[in-house]
Order: sequence, then C-alpha cells, then structure tokens
Amino acid sequence: MRAELTSGQVDMTQTTDNGNTVELRLTFLSAKANVRAALASVMSGIGAMKLCDDDKSTVELVLAEVLNNVAEHAYREEGGGIIELHLRQAGQGLICRVLDNGAAMPSSTLPAGYPPNPNRPRELQPEGGFGWFLIRKLTSDLAYFRRQDRNILSFQIAVGQAVLSN
Amino acid sequence: MQLDTASDENLMVVTVREDRMDAAIALDFKDAMRDLTSDGPDRVILNLEQVRFLDSSGLGALIGAMKQLGNRRKLELAGLNPAVEKVFKLTRMDSIFTIHANIAVALSGSTLEIAPSAGRAHAC
Repeated sequence: MRAELTSGQVDMTQTTDNGNTVELRLTFLSAKANVRAALASVMSGIGAMKLCDDDKSTVELVLAEVLNNVAEHAYREEGGGIIELHLRQAGQGLICRVLDNGAAMPSSTLPAGYPPNPNRPRELQPEGGFGWFLIRKLTSDLAYFRRQDRNILSFQIAVGQAVLSN
Repeated sequence: MQLDTASDENLMVVTVREDRMDAAIALDFKDAMRDLTSDGPDRVILNLEQVRFLDSSGLGALIGAMKQLGNRRKLELAGLNPAVEKVFKLTRMDSIFTIHANIAVALSGSTLEIAPSAGRAHAC
C-alpha cells in the first residue's frame, strides 16, 4: 500500500522498458475532479506511445466512462474511495485494469450497454445509459471479477496505429 | 462553467467556453442552459468549437438541454471537434440534432455577431 493519498492527488508511476513499452499505474481517490486529473496524467503518460488523435480520444473516452462509473456507482458519489488504474501497452492494444473497493456490480454482471435508439421521439430520448454502450463498442476482452471486497475490471483498447508508426 | 450568449429576435447562440463537457460539469451545464433558455428565440445554436472532449455524461446533458427547450423550439449544434463528433456518431445521436460544421455556417443569413472563440478551433 502506498503512502496515504490526499484528496485531489493523483499518484502515478510510469515505466518504459527497453522495448519502449509504456506501463502506467495510477492511484487516486474517487471524485469527478480527480477523474479529470487522472485522465490528464494518463494522456500525458501515454504520450510516448505516439498514438494518432483518434486513438487518443478513444483511450480518453473509454477511461472516462469506466472511471466515472466507479466514482458514481461503485462509490455512489461519496468520494474518498481508492481507484487504481493500470495500463500496459501490448502489441496493438492498451491492456487496462481498474480496481476499486466499492459496491459490486448488480448481479455481479456488467451492464448490457444497449445501443441508443435515435428513432425514439425526441422527448423520450434518455439522457444517460450511453456509457456501457461506448465501453463495449470501443474495447475487447472486457471482463469483470469481484474478488474479496474488490471490483476488478479488465479490458483492452485497440490502438493499432501506435505500432505501425514506430 | 462558462457559457457566453448572444441573441437577436430570431436566434440565440450559446458558446461553451470549456475544453471539456464531462461528468464533472454535466449537471451544471444542464442547469445553466435551463436558465439561459427559459425564454427567448425558438432557435438556439450551441457553439461547441472550444470543446475538445465529450463523454456520455456530457452527451446526456446536451440531450437534456434539447429536451428542456420543448417541441416548438430547437437546439442546434455547431463546431464539433473530431473527438466530440465521434461520440455523436458512435451513439447515433448525431441524427437527433441539426449539426453545423461551424458557427459561421450556422449563422449564415443572420446578422448576429458573436465574439470569436479566442482564436481556437478554427482550421489553420
């Protein structure tokens, strides 16, 4: 366990092995402002991967959805819960793991993330429920485990251009 | 959360002066839009040229802002950056809004003048 985190602080360690594989580990307390700060740290940390803008925006979007879900649902907006994020570049993907000590997923299952329906009348359009649709659309190998009192979510984001451009 | 407005009798332009429309400001945005558009012209154009990042909460807030205008009035969007446009396309929510390439296109035919977005988001 690391030294105690203060609110508003994002702890990040970055390692790059001799094959230039980037690996990031972040720990921070759940709060929307901290999710923003963590995303900024990740985006700067993966700079060495030289991703194209489209890949960068995919990574930022998926991580925003996942981390905000943890803050809003697992920790029920209470703040103060620890979120750990681990990213590792592997081939044409970014392997991600998110750990938290918050509430389990209902029925221990990930939400289905049904596709939005643009043909529904405007006044009946839902104002939410896009998060899991986007996560499922933009990731592969999505898996969820509950181990002891922890949620562990793992997934991969394809970032094909990174390898080609190096 | 900073929103600038300009309006005449035909339309209102709301310019979002934020780089991110995310979970951290979604509720504030929807509340601010309710206050700004509680009355006024039927046509409301939201200038998003400065917004570099939109997540599902930001998208939900935009849909909420559209719904609270009611059926008679209309919310249009202008100046979507690629990362913002991607979220609209993936969710197919681009089809429920009128989307203009940029604010100049949205304002064609109008004499309304708005302050520039601090030199950002325009093609070089």
